[in-house]
Amino acid sequence: MSELLEINDLDVEFPTRRGTVKAARGVSLTVKPGEVLGLVGESGAGKSTIGNAIIDLLERPGRVAGGSIMFEGEELRGRTEDEMRKVRGDRIGMIFQDPQTSLNPLLTIGAQLVETIEKTTGIKGSQADDRAVELLEAVGITEARARLKAYPHQFSGGMRQRVVIALALAGDPDLIIADEPTTALDVSIQKQILDLIKKLCRERDLGVIIVTHDIGVIAEIADRVCVMYRGEVVETGPVAQILGAPNHEYTKSLIAAVPRADQRLHRFTSVDYIEGGDEERRRIDIQTHWLGEARSKPSSEDAIEVENLNLSFTLQKAVLKKNRKMLKAVDNVSFTVKQGEVFGLVGESGSGKSTVARLIAGLYRPDSGTIRVKGTDITTKPKSAEAVEARRAVQMIFQDPYSSLNARMRVMDVVAEPIRFYKMTSSEAETKQIVRDLLDHVGLGAEAAIKYPHEFSGGQRQRISIARALASRPKILICDEPTSALDVSVQATILNLLKDLQEELGLTMLFITHDLPVIRQMSDRIAVMRHGAICEIADTDQLFAAPEHEYSKHLLELMPRMDLLGTAAE
Amino acid sequence: MTDQPINITPSRWQRLKDNDIYWSFINSPGAMIAAAITLICIVAVFSAPLIAPFNPFDPSQISLWDGKLPPAWAEGGQSQYLLGTDNQGRDMLSTILYGGRLSVLVGIAAVCLGMVLGVSLGVISGYIGGATDAIIMRIADVQLTIPGILLAILINGIGRAVLPIEVRDEFAIYVVILAIGLTDWPQFARVARGATLVEANKEYVQAARVIGLPSWLIMLRHILPNTLRPVLVIATIGLALAIIAEATLSFLGQGIPPTTPSLGTLIRVGNEYLFSGLWWITFFPAIALVVLVFAVNLLGDWMRDALNPKLR
Repeated sequence: MSELLEINDLDVEFPTRRGTVKAARGVSLTVKPGEVLGLVGESGAGKSTIGNAIIDLLERPGRVAGGSIMFEGEELRGRTEDEMRKVRGDRIGMIFQDPQTSLNPLLTIGAQLVETIEKTTGIKGSQADDRAVELLEAVGITEARARLKAYPHQFSGGMRQRVVIALALAGDPDLIIADEPTTALDVSIQKQILDLIKKLCRERDLGVIIVTHDIGVIAEIADRVCVMYRGEVVETGPVAQILGAPNHEYTKSLIAAVPRADQRLHRFTSVDYIEGGDEERRRIDIQTHWLGEARSKPSSEDAIEVENLNLSFTLQKAVLKKNRKMLKAVDNVSFTVKQGEVFGLVGESGSGKSTVARLIAGLYRPDSGTIRVKGTDITTKPKSAEAVEARRAVQMIFQDPYSSLNARMRVMDVVAEPIRFYKMTSSEAETKQIVRDLLDHVGLGAEAAIKYPHEFSGGQRQRISIARALASRPKILICDEPTSALDVSVQATILNLLKDLQEELGLTMLFITHDLPVIRQMSDRIAVMRHGAICEIADTDQLFAAPEHEYSKHLLELMPRMDLLGTAAE
Repeated sequence: MTDQPINITPSRWQRLKDNDIYWSFINSPGAMIAAAITLICIVAVFSAPLIAPFNPFDPSQISLWDGKLPPAWAEGGQSQYLLGTDNQGRDMLSTILYGGRLSVLVGIAAVCLGMVLGVSLGVISGYIGGATDAIIMRIADVQLTIPGILLAILINGIGRAVLPIEVRDEFAIYVVILAIGLTDWPQFARVARGATLVEANKEYVQAARVIGLPSWLIMLRHILPNTLRPVLVIATIGLALAIIAEATLSFLGQGIPPTTPSLGTLIRVGNEYLFSGLWWITFFPAIALVVLVFAVNLLGDWMRDALNPKLR
């Protein structure tokens, strides 16, 4: 079978004022018709750059510096913008990450499809309409003809992504480049979209390049895989071989870092090739250190008790009550978390899991219901001295490491803030020493104290957030999707760190995530949430072995298949 | 455990040179020229007592016989009075320098007043929200429906009427600063409120709340420093507007008394003589005003682009 796309020795450079950055170095890969090629790597690996270089849409001032891109036997490099425009859309279709922004909100779905069809195929008028209906049906949208008149906002995220795929198919292309097509979608929709892409690939004999950071997506859909690391392809091969028996050290590390849904490991295997790995951590002796003084003694007392919690958000304001539109974000939620336990809250976006976390942290006030922290009611009289004192024992780690640190404060001041505010030490020198110890303990090194947050990577910033939370000497730590913005290898080191801290300090942890494999590794018990209500609370192993609620079963079925990974992790 | 040197940060100068804003400044000739002109203007007016050939406030240096002399190069001009003299025999160049100093001082003070008032109200409004927000912002909205200069005249008028007659001239400057500052604040309040709404939703503010910091400390330490970028931009443009507002008030005879001339007062005095052919009394102060305002505005424009991450 001849190659559809053949890239040889591709170099891509980004000249900047601090010197030239080589985003891709000597990249070679091939795609055959009817084949899905997965391009996998962590952020900064250059995987999206390759996709953009093929269609000549590199962000300025990037440029292709060397190598060749042969598409159906023709060289794509050195074409004019006009020629490239014909190639894009007509022969190469594109699917982008965010369906919210790849559709024009002011035009109907039909208008956008017909416009693309007319431009790429020359079909006009009612025939173009018919073609649009065909395309929408092909991507699995029912009542296609009626929906031509709908606007993008009337569609859900998954449906929008289907429309984006229909747009990519409009010119009847031979190759489709999908850049993180499911990253912005919930897991249940992710599976449908991946199935759709695979089906279209087989039916139409399309070549597909799927660019992703997610090994799960690769395992689900790809026939062959290219693993990228720092601008280079380190390994290429059939998916079963790469995931099951990787050769290159980086691939091995990457796969070892993927959380497994099928078994529970005590820690993630420590891997090389990762910034700020576990090895360099200089730990402090918790037994004698300031940090350990307030350590919880094991007891059977409940750390968090939540009873019949309710909270509604106003969607539409109105004077009359009946005209108001409310969203029930938290619907009669009750659970208890035992001391020293890791309690997982899992659900898709909009399930209310983060809202519950924020209620417990005191960022929202509930409409009704009570929250007790270590037996102290913090909801009825939130301003009372006991409630304030109880809430100090609760600290939170947030999802986005880029917005969770004040960019204008040095790391020293960020971490020292709670210590200074509550005057927890007797002198400023002691405070500074404790901050340095904390930074050491979370694996950053004391030198980090004098820097500003922007000098750190995402994973390092998350370590700063953890140090800040620890500085309050909490008994309860709420982690709200602490790793979902991070690369998988960094995620593994952060999860290891959280687990170590939880054990050392006897912390009670409320762990919130949409990622089932992650929660399996982390928690002792799990609550599954949907539409603001809890569906099921069960021990982790029991939930994964025998889910009782229909929705839990559904969620578990949607998990990307990991059986290809085999025993590579060990 | 801290055996290696901790002090590895680059020096402040190194940090500045590495800064994107510095880089954008070095690479935009317009901004550099504007900054140079602004700097020259400001240095010139503030060193007026050192560089001006005469002191227009010293009666012994003023001679009525030298009144209404044209610029040095024109027919009848004297070389010691480079830009001519006004009706009272004061050297125009010296008067412009001294007057410019007053104008710039009033402008800066008025902007500072408006900024402090507007930013505090804006941040409080954005962070607390609810009724507080509604009240503050509706006051700002109502104030913005009245043309700024009319409001400044009104405040100025009330201020002067309240003061006893004997201290009126002495306090005229402060009344003008108050009038312009009070007119200015809604702009600052709106910008600061907008920035606060964005910042307050970020997770670092929530983290501060979880730590248990009180609202005032969160506003002061976390939100305020992160709203200053857009505020700085409108403060620069506001400075140009405040200088113009002062000139307008003085031109209308509502501002600084003629005994301590500002640029606006000079233009007003000159205006009376314009049709007698004594063009220089009004022309040179007007040019000085235009150059100053233009340079400050250019600087503000560049700053808006350089500080806006979306345009970078």
